[in-house]
Amino acid sequence: MHNNKKLFGIAATFKTPNEIISAAKKVFSAGYNQFDVNTPYPVHGMDSAMKIKPSKLGFVTLVMGLNGAAVALLFMYWSMAVDYPLVIGGKPFFAFPALVPITFEVTVLLATLSTVIAMIALFFRLPDNKHPLHDTEYMKSVSGDKFGIVIEASDEMFKQTEVENFLKSLTPLNIEYIYFPPEESYAIFQPKFLLFLLSIALIVSGGTYFTLNKLMYMTPFNWMMDQDKLNPQKPSELFVDGRGMRTPVEGTVAKGFIPYPYKGQTNPVEVLSNPFLPTKENIALGKAKYFTYCTPCHGDFADGDSRLRGQFPNPPTLHSKRARDFSDGMIYHIITNGQNVMPSYESQITRDERWAIVNYVRVLQRAKNASDADLIDMNKEAGSNVAN
Amino acid sequence: MNIDYSQEAPAVAGRLTLAQIEELVAKPMDTKPDRKYLIALSISLTALMIGAISLGLTFYYGTGLWGNNQPVGWAFDIVNFVFWVGIGHAGTLISAILFLLRQKWRTGIARFAEAMTIFAVMCAGIFPAIHTGRPWMDGYLFPYPNQHGLWVNFTSPLLWDVFAVSTYFTVSFVFWYVGLIPDFATLRDRATSKIKKTIYSIFSLGWRHSNRHWTHYEKAYMLLAGFATPLVLSVHTIVSFDFAVSIIPGWHTTIFPPYFVAGAIFSGFAMVVTVLVFVRKIFDLQHIITLDHLEKMNKVILATGMMVGYAYAMEFFIAWYSGVQVETFVFINRALGPYAWAYWIMVSCNVIFPQFFWIKKFRRSIPVMMVIVILVNVGMWFERFVITVTSLNRDFLPSSWAYYTPTFFDAGILIGSFGLFFTLVILFTKSLPVVSISEVKAVADGAQPTYQGGDHHA
Repeated sequence: MHNNKKLFGIAATFKTPNEIISAAKKVFSAGYNQFDVNTPYPVHGMDSAMKIKPSKLGFVTLVMGLNGAAVALLFMYWSMAVDYPLVIGGKPFFAFPALVPITFEVTVLLATLSTVIAMIALFFRLPDNKHPLHDTEYMKSVSGDKFGIVIEASDEMFKQTEVENFLKSLTPLNIEYIYFPPEESYAIFQPKFLLFLLSIALIVSGGTYFTLNKLMYMTPFNWMMDQDKLNPQKPSELFVDGRGMRTPVEGTVAKGFIPYPYKGQTNPVEVLSNPFLPTKENIALGKAKYFTYCTPCHGDFADGDSRLRGQFPNPPTLHSKRARDFSDGMIYHIITNGQNVMPSYESQITRDERWAIVNYVRVLQRAKNASDADLIDMNKEAGSNVAN
Repeated sequence: MNIDYSQEAPAVAGRLTLAQIEELVAKPMDTKPDRKYLIALSISLTALMIGAISLGLTFYYGTGLWGNNQPVGWAFDIVNFVFWVGIGHAGTLISAILFLLRQKWRTGIARFAEAMTIFAVMCAGIFPAIHTGRPWMDGYLFPYPNQHGLWVNFTSPLLWDVFAVSTYFTVSFVFWYVGLIPDFATLRDRATSKIKKTIYSIFSLGWRHSNRHWTHYEKAYMLLAGFATPLVLSVHTIVSFDFAVSIIPGWHTTIFPPYFVAGAIFSGFAMVVTVLVFVRKIFDLQHIITLDHLEKMNKVILATGMMVGYAYAMEFFIAWYSGVQVETFVFINRALGPYAWAYWIMVSCNVIFPQFFWIKKFRRSIPVMMVIVILVNVGMWFERFVITVTSLNRDFLPSSWAYYTPTFFDAGILIGSFGLFFTLVILFTKSLPVVSISEVKAVADGAQPTYQGGDHHA
């Protein structure tokens, strides 16, 4: 009946744990290596009877547990002390005691999960529902209350009649031939299967899109965004003017504001005097602000060489005699008040920055119109005597 | 009633054969649900629906529906969370710690207790998830690279909670599933219908009861038990840190971790006894879940109950001994203040009533233990209520003192969590083996070799 099938092995079942232990010992001492014992629960003493070496599973646990500890601790160190350091309760960024709980949890998680996954996938080679032992009378009885041993045909010493006689000599309850099940094949690319995959892809992507882009903006999920409260720059029905924000009371003075006495005058009779000395720091500040606000029209060196290419009228050079003869206060007045087409920079540049720009403009003017005396001074500073 | 304590009682009573054990455990899965089962299921589903409606309304209108106020900002959510996590701890204790201690009597109850752990942790997980009122934002609890460039605060006890509870759930679930694999294989081989056989085949992963596998399996089981033991202690320690790491008087105490762990085992064992009394009766498992097992659990309840009582006393002692005025006030307020009723419910249920278990007759009487364990469940819920609410309701500023009263929605969500728990338990009893078949077989009489026939003469 089974002649056309390939033999997997010959199995024998026994009634008591004592019998299976002695059977296992005899099979091993008869020299068989490819055999296995199947019992409904672990029978004590079977490992030594079958001469099975102790499980090496513990090494997986050890390595992966240590990995878990290292990964958790390093990640927390990196995120809390390197990537985004935050002061929390005045503690060090890398507050080790506070990181112990999570390190422990991750260690346990990684150790246990990898132990189980390694056991099932690597040590057992499961899932395997196609094993020849499945769906046999033998499997049904060892799953219940019998104890079985199977000698596999892959053993070097395996000879059908010899093994059968040997097993019979152990006085088992039953002897059974186990055959490989017939090979079954399935076509992977069946239209039904492809449609199934396609529908899963559509449902998952559509569901994700709907959830993240639509659902989260529907009632009540959007209630965090749309609250009954006043927002600046947003309309509100609470006030008569329909605006959410209030305008300041008449005569309100901004913080740090000092009124400029010559505002609006084209040619003021008198101007302020420069309160700042041209120190190195002040000139550096003036240079930075000059580059930000002035260079687009006045040019990098105040030559009036606009880089706006005619989109705005070019201003005159600041190296003219007229401009050089302006007092500091007059230049300050022009920046503050504007002149001809130049608008006022009062709202964009602070008072101190305006004075710094004035000092820097003086530096530019002196550099472009240096006298011989300046050259001597410069050489003195540079430590050379070329001019002499 | 005459028990000989000089000899260890057999783990399986009535000298059942292996086939009988299997038959008994598999019976609920082989038979159709009867009337009683459907009535029980409908009651628990009703409770679940009440919870679902309360929760749905909370999601829609926000947490303003709850009774939380200033200064009682933490109330039912944390109370229920700690209560359910505590219930879960009994399962891990039975399955892991008693396994390491080689207590054979655990085999009859371990599977059920583990299942209760998983269901209880699921119930517990609801509360931290919903307490923000916006549970769809809970993804922010996990450290993932986001466009804000921010990471979670790894030094916060609330984040430790996230890691502890999720690890606890995962490890408990894996532990439970590993225990179930051989049973799935046994059920697969005795299944007659094709659908059942397919389902059991998938979950059994093609387990063959091979001894070459059993070797690794037993090793893995021991490793898992070895990890689950410190894990279960760490989880309730971390839960207690939610309170103890803060600076609220009444919370800021070093006794909290051991006190919480003892309380968790206490309440968990009470819940396991409550459910097992019914299960062993309904499914005729008196021989596998014996009166001896229940008595042993009652002894654990007695012992842990007294640990909890010691902690209550020690809190008062330290409040007086430290000489801190606010601390003293908080504890006097607990016992004599507006929530004195809750405090004395807690003390009587947790410390006084379990003392009846000193008497052997009461320990072995089903009706008496039933009353006591239910009282313990009530008492342990009130313990968390007392710790949370009494410490908050009269805080540092007398002008902000307020009395906390839970609303219908608070109670509805609590009822719903019980509904979820019992629904899962009831479904579990009908769909999976409530007792580990392979483990109970292994401890039955005559299941292990005697070494007379084999070892010496072979």
